[in-house]
Amino acid sequence: MAVDFAALQATVRERFAEQVLDWTEFRRQACLHLRRERVVDVMRFLRDDASTRFAMLSDVTAIDLLKHPEADKWPERFAVVYQLYSLEHNARLQVKAYVPEVPCETPSVTELWSAANWGEREVYDMYGIRFTGHPDLRRILMPDTYEGYPLRKDYPLKGRGERDNFPKYTEIPEEGRGGRA
Amino acid sequence: MSTVPTPNIQRIAPNASKAVAQNLAMNLGPSHPACHGTLRFKIEVRGEEIVECDPEIGFLHTGMEKLGEYRSYNQYVAVTDRMNYLSSLNNNIGYMIACEELMGIEVPPRAQCLRVIMAELSRLADHVVSVGLQGMDLGAFSAMLWTFVEREKLYDIFEAVTGARMTTSWTRVGGLFRDVPDNFTEMVSAFLDKFPKIIVDIETMFSSNRIFKDRTVNIGTVTAEQATRYGLTGPLLRACGVPYDVRRARPYSGYEELEFDIPIRYEGDVYARYLVRLEEMRQSVRIIRQALDKLPSGPVNVDDHKVTLPSKDQVYQDMESLIHHFKIVMPGHGITPPVGEIYSCTEAPNGELGFYLVSDGTGLPYRVRVRPPSFYNHQTMPLQVKGRLISDAVSILASMNVIAGELDR
Amino acid sequence: MEQIEDKAPEGAGPGYKHGGAGWMTTRVDALLDWGRRNSLWPMPFGTACCAIEMMATLCSRYDLSRFGSEVIRFSPRQSDLMIVSGRISIKMMPVLIEIYNQMPEPKWTISMGACASSGGVFDTYTLVQGVDQFIPVDVYIPGCPPRPESLVDAVMMIQEKIKRGEKQTKVYDRTTHPLDFQPVALVSGAAQADPELTGTRHTLPPKDVETEAEKKTE
Repeated sequence: MAVDFAALQATVRERFAEQVLDWTEFRRQACLHLRRERVVDVMRFLRDDASTRFAMLSDVTAIDLLKHPEADKWPERFAVVYQLYSLEHNARLQVKAYVPEVPCETPSVTELWSAANWGEREVYDMYGIRFTGHPDLRRILMPDTYEGYPLRKDYPLKGRGERDNFPKYTEIPEEGRGGRA
Repeated sequence: MSTVPTPNIQRIAPNASKAVAQNLAMNLGPSHPACHGTLRFKIEVRGEEIVECDPEIGFLHTGMEKLGEYRSYNQYVAVTDRMNYLSSLNNNIGYMIACEELMGIEVPPRAQCLRVIMAELSRLADHVVSVGLQGMDLGAFSAMLWTFVEREKLYDIFEAVTGARMTTSWTRVGGLFRDVPDNFTEMVSAFLDKFPKIIVDIETMFSSNRIFKDRTVNIGTVTAEQATRYGLTGPLLRACGVPYDVRRARPYSGYEELEFDIPIRYEGDVYARYLVRLEEMRQSVRIIRQALDKLPSGPVNVDDHKVTLPSKDQVYQDMESLIHHFKIVMPGHGITPPVGEIYSCTEAPNGELGFYLVSDGTGLPYRVRVRPPSFYNHQTMPLQVKGRLISDAVSILASMNVIAGELDR
Repeated sequence: MEQIEDKAPEGAGPGYKHGGAGWMTTRVDALLDWGRRNSLWPMPFGTACCAIEMMATLCSRYDLSRFGSEVIRFSPRQSDLMIVSGRISIKMMPVLIEIYNQMPEPKWTISMGACASSGGVFDTYTLVQGVDQFIPVDVYIPGCPPRPESLVDAVMMIQEKIKRGEKQTKVYDRTTHPLDFQPVALVSGAAQADPELTGTRHTLPPKDVETEAEKKTE
């Protein structure tokens, strides 16, 4: 059984009318664009409804639309992208929740899928998007004292010099070198 | 003659008999013989039993996703090699399938069949090392030596086909870097005739071994519901009883025409994962034999001048070919997909390897996101080791086959 | 009585000091060096793909234990050759320095692969562009990853170095460098003039600096 995406689109638009921004399809992949306020309710519906049953969260990531040519089509700078998969119906759906730069916050879906725990930590680490309701939001890939959010479009590729800032080994002067051990 | 007085414990520590056991905070890694690569666990132990476990990752974070925004689609293939470095070809092929889906092109059947063969050979390379290292972590060093012999034979095949042993960079948008050598079928058939022996050897060594079973049965058990909720994929998920394999769920590159089984077990422990990996190796041999039989002839690159480089003699003689070559290679031009985004996944040896590519219409991607199977698999580590001994943690980690290059990217 | 002539014997390295019972000590030193170079115990600091090639070198086909490197125990206290194989991120660098400090003298270092030698394929915000900026390195192995034969060749070069008596001449000064450091940015602010090129090691010189060649052509 496959998921009837036309019916799903109609249902979602009807139930969460003010949250849905758009529904797009590209290369036969559907994407639901949402506002971020009630994303947990929409996701709960997608996970639990019998016609969809998106029981598995494949991936959580984000995208910074600062330099995208179609950036003015979308209301905010960041979008958190969820890839949902239904084992029962063997169907995939991409969901995007748009997050502004200030305040850079969105609700966490960790209560629905535990896979989101580390996924959202990585999004916070790389983009600086805070997830309200996340049990343990801290950096995961970068060191804890790191400043800056690397995957943002205004962060330089080569960094800001952290990679060159380690203590060096100093040369022993000629006189101080002992004989052979 | 003086005698050294024996220390009087009661005098030194008068409250020793009334002491209450305390939990000890310990550190396992990041440089540790049992940690595959650069993993760190901050664990709290009571005696030998682990009470809390907090995995710390990121020691191999390379910035590959950021680098994807500054390299063209073909250049990035070299970066995908270095993610799951035990099975580089699976990464190349997975990424290229995503690129081609974004571009909307379909590669010729010979390229698809060759990709299937090399992907399955790469899966053999990964599983054989994973099982060998699992044995080594439990103390059986011979397992690693025997399996690395098979891996060396696979390296010979990879080197003959792609030019490199490990970091192959073999696929390009629209097909492959180059066609296989003439003795390819003989080479792979000769390898496949001898390969099943290593599976039998490992089974003889481990499957009924009392020590191995004591250290792996009922260790690290994950239920199917937990596995789905945590996003586990690959042999870990199939060992819990969930029959999800991307080659069946979303067939790509000709898998829909091949006959193979998906091995499933229901216990969800370390022993089940080991058995699933062994059986997957057998199924991979079956797939490769079928693909070799039906290997069609023809070109290995799609006949589209916007994507495939023309041959060098044409470039030197024909003005049009020169312009096509220029347009594909020079910065500022390149292979330009339409504006859009896709998420495409393939079955890597560790699980569902997904690529989320966003294109802004130029020759460089706007965003390359790699969905690493090891990342979501590793998240279940605290779940599996809680209440277990430290030596069980080693056994569990070995069974998960966490590759740090893919985990941290 | 004949005076024993006190000159440096052949094959002695720069560390040789005159004086004392010269001939006897050099024979003992030569014996010790022979022992050291034929039983190099590596400390495999393997992080990424080069680590797999190092494992292949330690396995049956390119057996490294022929050279005495039988013991691979991942314990820095019991090893004398550190093989840095794989890319080193800024999170891993303090770990590398600490492990390197834990190795007893005399010790040698091999920087295996392009990433450890110079940053390799990855010129990004998080990878150290060559561990030799911070740790003394004796032999560099190019390659991505280098073939096992290259690693074997590097071990043989280290053996030649030990035969010549060359030891590392750099120390880690704990008075000026505490061990619990964290990497801190050197360049602040958001986008620089060219956001791709920011990073203190590869910044282009300012455009108004004329090179010697340009001055000559004018």
